[in-house]
Amino acid sequence: MAAITIENLGKTYTGGVSAVRGIDIDIRDGEFVVLVGPSGCGKSTLLRMIAGLEEITEGEVRIGERVVNRLEPAERDIAMVFQNYALYPHMSVRQNLSYGLKNRGTPKAEIARRVDEAARILEIGAYLDRKPRALSGGQRQRVAMGRAIVREPAAFLFDEPLSNLDAKLRVSMRGEIRALQKRLGTTSVYVTHDQLEAMTLADRLVVLRDGEVEQIGAPLEVYRRPVSTFVAEFIGSPAMNMLDGEVAGGTLRVGGASLPVGVAPGKVKVGMRAEDMRLAGLGETAIPARLAYVEELGAQRLGHFEVEGQRLIAAFPAEQALSDEIALTVDPSALHVFGADGRRID
Amino acid sequence: MQTKRTIFRSRGLPYLLLAPQLAITIIFFLWPAGQAVWQSFLREDAFGLKTSFVGLANYTRLFHSPDYLNAMQVTLVFAVSTAALAMILSLLLAVAVDRLIRASRWYTTLLVWPYAVAPAVAGILWWFIFNPTIGIMPYVLASVGISWNHLLDKGDAMLLVIVAAAWKQVSYNFLFFVAGLQSIPASLREAAAIDGAGPVKRFFTITLPLLSPTTFFLLVVNVVYTLFDTFPVIDATTEGGPAQATNTLVYKVYMDGFVGLDLGSSAAQSVVLMAIVISLTVVQFRFVERRVTY
Repeated sequence: MAAITIENLGKTYTGGVSAVRGIDIDIRDGEFVVLVGPSGCGKSTLLRMIAGLEEITEGEVRIGERVVNRLEPAERDIAMVFQNYALYPHMSVRQNLSYGLKNRGTPKAEIARRVDEAARILEIGAYLDRKPRALSGGQRQRVAMGRAIVREPAAFLFDEPLSNLDAKLRVSMRGEIRALQKRLGTTSVYVTHDQLEAMTLADRLVVLRDGEVEQIGAPLEVYRRPVSTFVAEFIGSPAMNMLDGEVAGGTLRVGGASLPVGVAPGKVKVGMRAEDMRLAGLGETAIPARLAYVEELGAQRLGHFEVEGQRLIAAFPAEQALSDEIALTVDPSALHVFGADGRRID
Repeated sequence: MQTKRTIFRSRGLPYLLLAPQLAITIIFFLWPAGQAVWQSFLREDAFGLKTSFVGLANYTRLFHSPDYLNAMQVTLVFAVSTAALAMILSLLLAVAVDRLIRASRWYTTLLVWPYAVAPAVAGILWWFIFNPTIGIMPYVLASVGISWNHLLDKGDAMLLVIVAAAWKQVSYNFLFFVAGLQSIPASLREAAAIDGAGPVKRFFTITLPLLSPTTFFLLVVNVVYTLFDTFPVIDATTEGGPAQATNTLVYKVYMDGFVGLDLGSSAAQSVVLMAIVISLTVVQFRFVERRVTY
């Protein structure tokens, strides 16, 4: 177990294409950090640089006290779970689990002990002698996890491990990964493009955009105070509403309503979470909206509205009646105000 | 896997569509094969004036002939060595190309070229290179103290036909090995690297076992190739000599039949070859379908 320190990390491919640059992340011992971002943001590259599968062209990665830049993947004391599981198809589950230990010259009795222990934790004891192709997706996922935990490494690296599973299995495996990591207390770095997965798993989120860190923070912190429109729209479902507004003399004009704010005058983007929107009471500042359609989610209903030619989503309790022309409002404290460059300014 | 079935309205049409292929198979394969089987029971004098039915006499004589048993042994050595050489060489090349990222298509194209060379031309090429009088290789070898003369030395002759035959086959094997290597997910090798296996260990514990379907397929194809398709190579380089040292089964069929005009024995030898290729094919289908798939 160890902390992972990433300093000014960069990757430039031959030919000058830069995949990631200037990454600084301090991952504490035992922490579960999730790298999240849209495809092409460099999150997988970053993970593979930590693993040693991708060469580091700038900066430094330290696992524990060691700088690992020039170490082979095997020498970095990490274990990785791949998106396609990467189980060795010609080996039985038991052989898959013991391969890494055998390569390191672990005594036979110790291998057997660790494999049995991992099989017990992951409940895969019944099919230790099967080949991977005879397993279901969820079982393969467990074996891939098992291969990581038998090694008892300093850190686990996960590369979108759940994206090949169906939705239901994904939710349950997500819970299991979280519980397992808490129990073992192993430092973990997890890559996903699924913001919900990121929110539910992470001790801390690292939101990446175009190869750079956009925001680092606890999931709720990122959710409540996104530093930019990019993070605001990426984290949370449905995506945060983003309306054009203008500030003049301490008053924000947005969607036909005027609200007091304490930011410098100028054009702004105003973010409002769907669940912060509500029907305006009498005498309240209101945003007049036209209902386009309603999505029924069961526990709540999402109204899709049109406000001055822009789209806006608001969440209501399931029994809330909605008319075609409606007045919406939001508490000034729940507003997210971003400057013209997309950075948070309130 | 579900197969799609096409329903024909008239019963004649499917047969009509099959007819050209069937005609070719019957005229150029089944008929001559049948003739060979019939011929193998006959004995003909050298001038073709008299033919008599001799039953299995051709076969019994064959299996008591030291020449034939020698040819079998030669063929075994030749087939095993050629297949082994061609496969190991092409696997090495394929692994080397698989490691390249950018130039790999160029290498692949270049390495495929020998396959397009006609076997007889390839044979002549090697004949020139190794010709004891005018060839470049005997000259080079002589400078390092090795005397080469495949016209006199049995070992040299065997080596020559093995090299010439394997060279032709390397391209073919190479293509299949490259395709096989590329179908192994990179993440498997990465996982093995993280699991502490070095490049050599990765190759032997991960890559090679996962290539085994390709390897097995190529083994059968190569053995069949060396048994039957190497006639031009041998004819152009050593003509079975010296002293029968490179006289393989298929070359002996030609020598006995068309040069020696012992048609009965030659036909019997063809039938033996036919039996061998049929059993090899059966083995291939049985194995490939069962064991070597993942």
